[in-house]
Amino acid sequence: MVTNITSLGRNGLYDWLLQRVSAVVLLAWLLFVGGFVATHGDLNFNQWQGLFAQTWMRVFTLAALLSLFVHAWVGMWTVATDYLTPLALGGAATWVRLGFQLISFAVLITYVVWAVQILWGI
Amino acid sequence: MLVSIYRYNPETDTAPRMQDYQVDLPEGKDLMVLDVLQLVKDQQDVTLSYRRSCREGVCGSDGMNINGVNGLACITHVSSVVKNGKLVLRPLPGLPVIRDLVVDMSAFYAQYERVKPYLQNDEPPPAIERLQSPEDRAKLDGLYECILCACCSTSCPSFWWNPDKFVGPAGLLQAYRFLADSRDTHTQQRLSDLEDPFSVFRCRGIMNCVSVCPKHLNPTRAIGHIRDMLLERGV
Repeated sequence: MVTNITSLGRNGLYDWLLQRVSAVVLLAWLLFVGGFVATHGDLNFNQWQGLFAQTWMRVFTLAALLSLFVHAWVGMWTVATDYLTPLALGGAATWVRLGFQLISFAVLITYVVWAVQILWGI
Repeated sequence: MLVSIYRYNPETDTAPRMQDYQVDLPEGKDLMVLDVLQLVKDQQDVTLSYRRSCREGVCGSDGMNINGVNGLACITHVSSVVKNGKLVLRPLPGLPVIRDLVVDMSAFYAQYERVKPYLQNDEPPPAIERLQSPEDRAKLDGLYECILCACCSTSCPSFWWNPDKFVGPAGLLQAYRFLADSRDTHTQQRLSDLEDPFSVFRCRGIMNCVSVCPKHLNPTRAIGHIRDMLLERGV
């Protein structure tokens, strides 16, 4: 058993499952929005605004945003623990890794909060 | 044929280097890579170091990187790997080099030891032996044959980056060999030891291990089975 406190669920199975479930949600959202754009050749502001003004679309988009957060966090955490290690960077690795993880987290949480503000501001 | 071999002696060299040797191959014979190494050592350079023992793919001593692909020198035909008349031999990637083609396998063995590669059974031993049905025995096929040559784990980037945390394909193949064994009673403890974010889940399924295994085993499939067992237990 390897202990780690910065992974999403501190458990490999949990992170693994969340990454896959979030990928399905993201794919569903992208397919839907892609399909909407493709079937509305003369897409205008009112149609776009009308789509995102509906509660179900906001909930769907929020689910996609949270999935993006989860998916990207698991991915960025994996990148950090693969490449920013003492093997690659020597003694400074722990602080470089922690800094990278904090910046990743700050960027992702900013995206989510900002997007919620946009969604419910329409 | 030009043979380029990784040379490094930590007692005299400051850095590793590639040394070229011209080897005349006997006509009408397709030598193994190990035979070529032996020719170089016998005829040109007695200081060349490499591990070898059985010379028939059973002991797993002579795992090395042959023209960019890990394999056992003793069962790899020169004709199957040589490109443009050149044979390039390097030590297994990702492990510290002790000398020339000899690597320090401690990290590899430590991960093997971690999965407790032995039968654990708390029930009193029967008078004769622990019986197993032919069907249960068949589940161990493709798992027990591993010779621990380390070709798979040292071709795995996840093992290169985290050799102290990720068990690696060879260790995980053995982990599943005992998870799948009907006579082992420590299945739950074994699974608990593997469910952290590194031990199993660093496998990203790129299957380098499968493509290099000289015994044609499939660690990726075994890792998938471990994940299935964890999922079944955890959901």
